[in-house]
Amino acid sequence: MLNWTGTKRIFKSGYINFKRNKMISVSSVLVVTITLSFIASLFFLNVILNFSLSQIRDKVDVTIYFSAKATEDRILSFKTDIESMPEVSSVDYISAEQQLQNFRERHTNDYMLIQALDELDDNPLTASLNIKAKDSKQYEGIVKSMENDSSLMKNNSSIIDKINYNENKAVIDRLNIIIDGAQKLGLIITTILIIISILITFNTIRLTIYMAREEIGVMRLVGAQNRYIRGPFIVEGVIYGLLSSVITMLVFLGVTLWLSNNMTSFLGIDMYKNYISNFFNIFGIIFGSGMLLGVVSSYLAVKKYLRK
Amino acid sequence: MIYLNNVSKIYPNNPPSLEDVTFTIASGEFISIVGHSGAGKTTLVKLILADEKPTAGTVFFESLDVHKLKNHDLTKMRRRIGTVFQDFRLLPNKNAYENIAFAMEVAGKTDEEISSDVPHVLELVDLGNKLYHFPHQLSGGEKQRLAIARAIINQPEIIIADEPTGNLDPINTYEVVQILKKINDLGTTVILTTHNRGVVESIGKRVITLDKGKVVRDDKDGKYII
Repeated sequence: MLNWTGTKRIFKSGYINFKRNKMISVSSVLVVTITLSFIASLFFLNVILNFSLSQIRDKVDVTIYFSAKATEDRILSFKTDIESMPEVSSVDYISAEQQLQNFRERHTNDYMLIQALDELDDNPLTASLNIKAKDSKQYEGIVKSMENDSSLMKNNSSIIDKINYNENKAVIDRLNIIIDGAQKLGLIITTILIIISILITFNTIRLTIYMAREEIGVMRLVGAQNRYIRGPFIVEGVIYGLLSSVITMLVFLGVTLWLSNNMTSFLGIDMYKNYISNFFNIFGIIFGSGMLLGVVSSYLAVKKYLRK
Repeated sequence: MIYLNNVSKIYPNNPPSLEDVTFTIASGEFISIVGHSGAGKTTLVKLILADEKPTAGTVFFESLDVHKLKNHDLTKMRRRIGTVFQDFRLLPNKNAYENIAFAMEVAGKTDEEISSDVPHVLELVDLGNKLYHFPHQLSGGEKQRLAIARAIINQPEIIIADEPTGNLDPINTYEVVQILKKINDLGTTVILTTHNRGVVESIGKRVITLDKGKVVRDDKDGKYII
């Protein structure tokens, strides 16, 4: 077993090796930093992608238009019924007057249309309910169960003018396909890039240890135990991981600050705020990956030269 | 102390490097193994150090069959043997002091022992003023003296020197041989391989001659005869 002196010597030796092999250390730290930056930027891409997708999803809804004779009381009690469905996230009531006002605002520059509207005695628009589901895949289910619920329909079929779900259906279906595809593609690309960068890091560290193979042979001839030979290399791997993760975090501090100052309106999300509020999570992932990369690749690379 | 029994070593697609080699080395002996390049000298050394496995035969270090040792016991055995090579085999990223200290560290010596013994042994091989020089800052002779200092620091029972003078000029060769003789006079067994006639004749002790992997002569007070 290694005692305290042995452990101390291993750490000291690893640190001295790191300091003396400046070129090798710098290039290894650089490669690990690049890999970690990859992992970090994939994290941020994922944040942006998810944010945009949720924005798009938010814009999808199902609208129920009521006939002119429907009273507000009946509509509101219908609203309560729909709100009790588990898939529904929110229901907004828009009165006929509100509709009219919205319409006027939307077409305030269309003089002809407004004039035509003014000619009418009655409000031609009717009240509606805007239904948002928790997941865009659930709209079909909500509409179906609404149509199949005989008590709901019997009481209310007279007041419902139309449900625009079928018009939205094509859009919603396509959106679902795109969202699914984007997420699957993102996952595949992420996985491939991470595998590639891990392989590159592993090879770099293997090369640095390959250069030390004669040294390892000498250590064995002097009678060094395997763990005593392996130890300093693993300590070096730990230093690579530690330094690289700190550098990566600093780099992304700068990048997100820049994005926050210049791109917030384009992205629709303040990346710097997001980074700061997730700082410890991200640091955990980056630091963990850095350590794992450094230690595992050092361990495997030295193992090759320690065979009897 | 060391017993080789019918040892053969054949690398695939090559003529045998060693063929049916049998001899014994007694404790306290100074034995020179001579022969042309390719006669099998270095292979012999590798087999004794368990750096290679024999194709046939056994090598014993006292009662230990060196090729059946587990990793842990093998490192223990290697600490009882000091080695010196033609290409020095120093640790390039460690200075003279650290090269010696490393050998003591792996043998489990304390920091106090290391800081008192290392300057002493470097003084002994005339490197007292180059404690913090790295191997690339030392001359060939100095490197070899450093390697010898490392080999003797843990008071091994045997020193194996594989062509230690191969890269040295006559003056450094003479010095290295004198140091090896002194080590032997103090009771350590020395195994020296060389193809340098002058070296062998200046030692005047047992000589084993290898030719094409076979022992062709084994003389007390031998000379270099091929």
